[in-house]
Amino acid sequence: MSNILIPNPKEAESIHIIREVAAQFERPVLLFSGGKDSITLVRLAQKAFYPARIPFPLLHVDTGHNFPETIAFRDQLVEELGLELIVRKVQDSIDQGKVREEKGRYSSRNTLQTTTLLDAIEEFKFDACIGGARRDEEKARAKERIFSVRDDFGQWDEKNQRPELFDMLNGRIHQGQNVRVFPISNWTELDVWEYIKTENIKIPSIYFAHKREIFIRDGMIWTANEHVYREPHEEVLEEMVRFRTVGDMTCTAAVLSTADTLETVVEEIKSSTISERGARIDDKRSEAAMENRKKVGYF
Amino acid sequence: MSDNRKLIKIATAGSVDDGKSTLIGRLLYDTRSLTNDKLEAIERNSKQKGFDFLDFSLATDGLVAEREQGITIDVAHIYFSTEKTNYIIADTPGHVEYTRNMVTGASTSQVAIILVDARKGVIEQTYRHFFINNLLRVNHVVVAINKMDLVDFDEDTYLNIKGDFEALIEKSNYSFEQVTFIPVSALKGDNIAGKSENMPWYVGNTLLDHMEVLEPQDLKENTAARFAVQYVIRPKTDQYHDFRGFSGKLHGGPFAVGDEVTVLPSFTKTRIKSIHFFDQTYEVAQPGSSVTITLENEVNVSRGDMLVKSTELPQSAKELSAIICQVNHTSLQVGSKLILQHGVNSVLAKVQSIEHLIQTDFSGEIPADRLQLNDIGKVNFKLSKPIHYDPYTENRDNGSFILINEGSLDTVSVGFIQ
Ligand SMILES: Nc1nc2c(ncn2[C@@H]2O[C@H](COP(=O)(O)OP(=O)(O)OP(=O)(O)O)[C@@H](O)[C@H]2O)c(=O)[nH]1
Ligand SMILES: [Mg+2]
Repeated sequence: MSNILIPNPKEAESIHIIREVAAQFERPVLLFSGGKDSITLVRLAQKAFYPARIPFPLLHVDTGHNFPETIAFRDQLVEELGLELIVRKVQDSIDQGKVREEKGRYSSRNTLQTTTLLDAIEEFKFDACIGGARRDEEKARAKERIFSVRDDFGQWDEKNQRPELFDMLNGRIHQGQNVRVFPISNWTELDVWEYIKTENIKIPSIYFAHKREIFIRDGMIWTANEHVYREPHEEVLEEMVRFRTVGDMTCTAAVLSTADTLETVVEEIKSSTISERGARIDDKRSEAAMENRKKVGYF
Repeated sequence: MSDNRKLIKIATAGSVDDGKSTLIGRLLYDTRSLTNDKLEAIERNSKQKGFDFLDFSLATDGLVAEREQGITIDVAHIYFSTEKTNYIIADTPGHVEYTRNMVTGASTSQVAIILVDARKGVIEQTYRHFFINNLLRVNHVVVAINKMDLVDFDEDTYLNIKGDFEALIEKSNYSFEQVTFIPVSALKGDNIAGKSENMPWYVGNTLLDHMEVLEPQDLKENTAARFAVQYVIRPKTDQYHDFRGFSGKLHGGPFAVGDEVTVLPSFTKTRIKSIHFFDQTYEVAQPGSSVTITLENEVNVSRGDMLVKSTELPQSAKELSAIICQVNHTSLQVGSKLILQHGVNSVLAKVQSIEHLIQTDFSGEIPADRLQLNDIGKVNFKLSKPIHYDPYTENRDNGSFILINEGSLDTVSVGFIQ
């Protein structure tokens, strides 16, 4: 036992943040998408409280258009680790008439998620929602705080954020407000992948190269599937692809790849010339797509 | 992360439009850290704005309001790496109104890059930002004298500004070795990652080369071990029925199993029984570790308490004197009552007296009865309970605190304990 713990600074910072959430809030929740970032968060939360259990539930906002592999993975993870999972469905928000399904070529349920999320926050009175967003992902996210205060409507006031000094986190809020917490703010995409590799963390199979029916639109690789609107002339092909980021099928594009192990995936990312969100169809809607979504309560 | 590269945290500083964001964008571009899709977005936007050059500030100015006005409003955190180093850069705003955001960026940094517009020289905002870096004891400063292309890459202009700045260094706590001067053109890329051919008279390193040779040990100070308890871990499972662990992040120095520790505020003495990190136990934890510790005796420990080595006790006091920087529109005055958060511990604080305002041009102090947004001053407090601190000059983590307004619950000030 003459061993010495040499910290990984980013991991230690994230664990510090997650423990602050458990200590400062009454009803925290971890927003779990089934993607690599939220899977990493689960591992960090395990580490933060071990040998005790993670003291908060996971919430999955299910668009109904998720990759089946992601859902299967989610259920298995929850079972293995004995976690509490809450699922709220965008379909229910549609059925209740709260949101309207988009139609046509670029239709997606991605923006509709916000309503379902805000309703779940209200239903369970969550005061802190832990998410896996990273500052290196996108230019509006580069501006995020670690504890980001949202008003009663879930809105982000980007020009008036609380200063965060040193590692002191102020999570004090008024009734009705909630805080979005981003423990891996300072990680890069490569940090996440290298962490998954060193820690040997399981991830859904769609992150690895596999054969898939796809079609090409605007230079991006879309999944050919009944949930994704496709025009007759858009020809279905079969290709070896993998996903770099996992949203739902309508907003995540694949990349051509033969990387089928963690080693080869990490190598591929190191030499990639496009960013991770370069494959996010939802960000391509406009220059300020992310900022606009965040302002109304999106992650 | 199986990553042996050093991690350096940098914050930019300098007046509005001196070229901070452009410099960071250029650094990303020259180190091939901008992916094609991000570069295309910058090209598209630059064209839309009618520029015949690439506006690299668009790489970091991510908010709509920032892009419209061409200024930075809030800190952007940017990540890139070279073979030797992982960098985290906080690109901060230069506008006076957003000084608090500059303070925020500087608080987590080891290196400051202060930009000076070669045409304007050292101006008020340069003084202010250098002063803040000095106050926060940011270890190393790079003064990038920018827009050299607009002054014909003239050496005398550079030397004059350098001379003006050196006069400031003499008034500060910095030694000359801690401050490096580099003439650059952020827009054209001179002396950013590549050596400038336009300034053969400059023999020093480029900005990137300079950062590459900074060693992390130059950037960190070794102090006493401080472990503030964040959360008490009680699994209450069959296997860990009596486990009671104290989790937190260790700062300053290492902790080892068997060390005699004192629990504050009770001043009870005990020893470290075990150090846990996830499913492993360790003999020693290095500073910076987020761990869980068990103690030999059944002592009463809760969130906010601090474990320290019995031979290295911090100071304990119910009265404090601190340098305060006001980061909110509400003002601080005698009689103000606030929540004082010191690390993860909170007490109530009352302003007893305001000694003076400190002028950020190093010209001394002036009397004042209140501190307003962006003011810096010396303030005396009375606390509801003692806190266990070190002077900021000895320990950044245990020597700083924030003040929180009880009504708005916002963070309104940051304090550096004297
Ligand atoms: N000619 C020339 N122009 C430059 C140089 N660096 C920056 N600029 C221009 O100066 C203007 C301001 O640049 P920014 O990078 O936005 O300045 P900033 O310091 O980030 O400003 P704030 O963040 O708002 O404080 C832009 O128009 C740049 O193109 C340079 O080296 N040469
Ligand atoms: Mg700027």
